[in-house]
Amino acid sequence: MRKVYVDVTLRQDKYGTIVPLSVTWEDGTRYEIDRVIDVRRAAATKVGGTGVRFTVRIMGRETYLFDDGERWFVEAKL
Amino acid sequence: MERVILHSDLNACYASIECMLNPELRGKPVAVAGNIEDRHGIILAKSQEAKEHGVKTGEAIWEARQKCHDLITVAPHYDEYIKYSNLVRDIYRRYTDLIEPFGLDEAWLDVTGSQRLFGTGEEIANDIRETVKYELGLTVSIGVSFNKVFAKLGSDLKKPDAVTVITRNDFKEKLWHLPANEMIGIGRATYKKLESFGIHTIGELAVCRKEWAAAQFGKCGTELWMFANGLDFSRVMPDGYRTPIKSIGHGITCSADLVDANEVWRVFLSLSQDVNRRLSHYNLKASGVQITVKDCNLFSRQFQKKLAIPTQSATELARAAIELFISNYRWNYDVRAVTVRAIDLIDEDTPAQLDFFSDMRKHEKTQKIDDTVLELRRRFGENAIFNACLMQEEKIPHGNPTESVMPMRMFR
Repeated sequence: MRKVYVDVTLRQDKYGTIVPLSVTWEDGTRYEIDRVIDVRRAAATKVGGTGVRFTVRIMGRETYLFDDGERWFVEAKL
Repeated sequence: MERVILHSDLNACYASIECMLNPELRGKPVAVAGNIEDRHGIILAKSQEAKEHGVKTGEAIWEARQKCHDLITVAPHYDEYIKYSNLVRDIYRRYTDLIEPFGLDEAWLDVTGSQRLFGTGEEIANDIRETVKYELGLTVSIGVSFNKVFAKLGSDLKKPDAVTVITRNDFKEKLWHLPANEMIGIGRATYKKLESFGIHTIGELAVCRKEWAAAQFGKCGTELWMFANGLDFSRVMPDGYRTPIKSIGHGITCSADLVDANEVWRVFLSLSQDVNRRLSHYNLKASGVQITVKDCNLFSRQFQKKLAIPTQSATELARAAIELFISNYRWNYDVRAVTVRAIDLIDEDTPAQLDFFSDMRKHEKTQKIDDTVLELRRRFGENAIFNACLMQEEKIPHGNPTESVMPMRMFR
């Protein structure tokens, strides 16, 4: 597993809640986030680091998206 | 009502934060160590694996390498440690507002009033332990007891990632067999003296007569005797409580030995500027100056003196420091490390007694200049303005973290 920092498009509502809309991968491909399933603070046990962990569904697959307070990262398979 | 106190200790704090941030280090002997080139090459913290090889905190890197050949050393990242220390405290705050930090990695929590909401002390401790592991990937060991001293002893009994409960019924069997120097308040000197009386364990101290302890160690003796018997009534200070500041100091180990008074003067000047900044931050003035000088044989001495006029000024502090140095230090060896400390602190606006012989106008002028320098640095950065003699100073290591203030004694 590899830690990959990614570009993220977010929407912040008037109450301050942040919802990630899409993730842009290293090669420039953009993936729409279909649904945010869960949000909680958690450690990224596989690649190191911690942050607010968004469990999201992208193209039918569940994956984690972390906000470490400064940047966003994902746990990449390769 | 019986109090419920938790003492939570982040296991191998620096090292486990490094391992958490970089999973490749996990399961390997890792030590956080200072920079060798800056002559700060000692072990600051070590992982469990390194500990098993006998690596100790405070020893030189080469000593550690002899015991553990494949030791991986990493440079410290203080900003990360502070960040995670705060995140851990955020977790404590979910359970109580009575949190008294003891350094970056330890804290006492009074959860007496939280039990109806969150369950018994042991349940809360386990909750905290699980949450810290899940959210931050770090482990804590927690002691649960009816006073702070026993809670702290408890957190040391089982580690890492464990909870130890010590009650009134079992503290004698669980704690009294421990060596006396494991208890807070008993340092090297006290332990040595206790040993000379044949007292080695906490239990042996507890069963001696209180009057005897008082006769041998004075007020502290009574206190230690009470601690050993579970009679510590000190409270857990509320979150955010600051112990009054007694002194403000700054010291460095130079990157090369200082060979004459001129070099020492430049280091003093640079250190005093930091002391000046912190004095003004806390609105305090120094009425005395203390210096610590360590020579290249690691032998250190301390000198101090009163100031005629209480001051905040970096220039005046440095001048007092160099006077102390010149009149006391005999150049048998070159100087390795120095510390400047402002002592006998008083409030900034305390009226000062003037005298015939000090030049008040000059004092005010110096103060004004130093205030201006401070303000310029605050607004435009550290390099905006500095003394010309500090240009191209090579023996002062840069990016040195400010001397961390160790927490005061917890008692009372």
